[in-house]
Amino acid sequence: MFKLSDFLIPALVAVAITAGVCSEIRADPSYPPGPVHVQVWVGWAGFEFEGFQRVVNDYNKSQSRIVVDLLSISGNTTKTLLSASAGIPPEISLLGGPEMLQFAAAGAIEPLDQVFQETGIKEEDYVPGYWQVLNFDGHIWAWPSTPATIAMHYNKDILKKAGFDHPPETIEEMDKMIDKITIVKDKRMVMSGYIPGEPGWWNWSYGPFFGGRLWDGGTKITANEQENVRGMEWVQSISKRFGATQMTAFKGGFGNFASPQNAFLDGKVAMEIQGVWMHNFIHKYNPTLPWSAVAFPYPADRPDLKGHTIVDQDIFVLLKGCKYRKEAIEFMTYVQSQPVMEKLCLSHQKTTPLKNKTPGFWKQHGNPSIRLFDEMAYSKNAFAAPKLPIWPEYSDELKNAFDDITLMNKTPKQALDVVTARMQPKLDRYLLRLKLRKEAGL
Amino acid sequence: MNRKKEGIAGFLFASPWLFGICAFLFYPLLMSIYYSFCDYSVLRPPVWIGAGNYVELFQDEVFWISVKNTLIYASCSLPLGMIFGVGLAMLLNSNVKGMAIYRTIFFIPSLVPMISLAILWLWMLNGDYGILNTGLKAIGIHGPNWLTDTAWSKPALILMSVWGVGNAMLIYLASLQDVPVSLLEASELDGASAWQKTRNVTLPMISPVIQFNMIMGIIGSLQVFAVPYVMFPNGSPARSAYFYATYLYDNAFIYSKMGYASAMGWILFLVILTLTFGALKLSNRHVHYGGS
Repeated sequence: MFKLSDFLIPALVAVAITAGVCSEIRADPSYPPGPVHVQVWVGWAGFEFEGFQRVVNDYNKSQSRIVVDLLSISGNTTKTLLSASAGIPPEISLLGGPEMLQFAAAGAIEPLDQVFQETGIKEEDYVPGYWQVLNFDGHIWAWPSTPATIAMHYNKDILKKAGFDHPPETIEEMDKMIDKITIVKDKRMVMSGYIPGEPGWWNWSYGPFFGGRLWDGGTKITANEQENVRGMEWVQSISKRFGATQMTAFKGGFGNFASPQNAFLDGKVAMEIQGVWMHNFIHKYNPTLPWSAVAFPYPADRPDLKGHTIVDQDIFVLLKGCKYRKEAIEFMTYVQSQPVMEKLCLSHQKTTPLKNKTPGFWKQHGNPSIRLFDEMAYSKNAFAAPKLPIWPEYSDELKNAFDDITLMNKTPKQALDVVTARMQPKLDRYLLRLKLRKEAGL
Repeated sequence: MNRKKEGIAGFLFASPWLFGICAFLFYPLLMSIYYSFCDYSVLRPPVWIGAGNYVELFQDEVFWISVKNTLIYASCSLPLGMIFGVGLAMLLNSNVKGMAIYRTIFFIPSLVPMISLAILWLWMLNGDYGILNTGLKAIGIHGPNWLTDTAWSKPALILMSVWGVGNAMLIYLASLQDVPVSLLEASELDGASAWQKTRNVTLPMISPVIQFNMIMGIIGSLQVFAVPYVMFPNGSPARSAYFYATYLYDNAFIYSKMGYASAMGWILFLVILTLTFGALKLSNRHVHYGGS
């Protein structure tokens, strides 16, 4: 038979050790001896992570007070969300533009207006298209990192064989090319000029490409406004011409994006909307592909839309309640310097968010179309996803509408009416709850 | 040591488990009930909104689409899994040379992690390159577009669910080996055919295991998540593969509507509880316990 003390003594020791460890963890970080460890979480992996790791290594070697611990985290947004809600966030996390809105609206990240002022980061040093991504509700919420614009990539050989010596400038020209390039044999599509849903990451953008807006900037969802309907009518016109079933079957045979079976890399699709990063995949999986890029075509009756593009970028946010705020700001300020930012962006094969670039940057860059991607960010027609914290839900609704449109389940007007009818009450509810929270001081 | 001391000692020994169940089960469970009545985004304090989330849910078209898809999936994959599981177990229970190898082969697929399984099936179901359509083509059938056709996305997932039948099969097999040989011999002496032996001896003897697998199957199929989440992002095409658990996850972690997701969680819990209870009640009179 055991004695109670046999259990109690080890148990008490265990409790004491646990309490000691916990108190250490919970204790206010009154700067322990040695360097301060700043946690930086990113969703980057592979060569993108390695590129940033080199920047971090340089910084860690450059001084002895701060050690930046860089972590590549799968599902970084969700994990940042959970750590922030638990009150133990990292100092810095890398988010996408729309995700930043959710964190900003929830008060989980710090506005950086004052920080930028103190550290000398100025709007005029940055490309306007990229700077606007950092804005929300009258404040700046993030540091820029590697930015991206979107352009139409085209296979020069396929266009040449079809008798076109230059890429399309207008939608009407593009339609002619699509008609000539697309091949349907025995009711099976074997080659396509353009598939609107490939790769499917910006299906919401066809309305804005025709001059539409998805939100009026205030209280109204405008998914079904005329220009958006027109954009989606153009999308559906391709399904009508070649058959939704044929297109679905054709798409069903595409391989993964990051593989040699990628439809564009494989020569199955002649033109594809893609970001500045596409060059990396071409280089990896089909380096001999004869390609180039241009701004996505505009409707011939809307020349004012010429040069439009989608801008987006991964951005660094400062989490509220983090341990080493000052040191994190110091590191981020270092990243924003021109040589460091160029090093980071070169490693990702992207352009930089800074207006000034050194001649060496262009010289070292491997993407032959990099200047186009850089110039497009200056376009007055550059646009980003609407700055709505309910955008993830709205975007999913638009994806579903896009499916219904391309599969010919609904007319564009019907599909976009459904989106508007579903999202308007959600926006109303969001704004009402926001107002109630503000009134309650929460 | 007196009983009181023994009781205290017992409690202390159980205390790590008690702490665990309170901190990691009961507390989240109770809080999720509270959050289901709140506007709660995880990052901000919850604000009580009464039954607002539940009212919104029942008016939410996507909620009903996810319910419909989940019920279709469960009602097809569950019986199919049970038929295949019992059938395979019976085949693997026969006295054939090299049976251990066959059993291993049929069990191995259930060891494949969910995400790897999804990636593997993305290739197998590919409309052009996929092994499935290549096989169908060899026998003169033009295979469907499993991944991009709204009519075939759910059948594709149902087909895949059979792939993981190995676990259930193993339990059936263990149960089949426990069927008394004396009963089978007695029925043979009475002139029973193979089907009659199966129908009247084998199946009743393994009925508790069939019931167990059915209950587990109901719970599992109504919570289907990982494979469709990887294979059909956003339930695409046209939400034909958008399931309840996927919509719940999206609300919780993509749309930051944790209160809404909590309400969905509780509805799912109540539905599973009701179905499990109903299935137990309905099947009880068909279940035969050897010891009773």
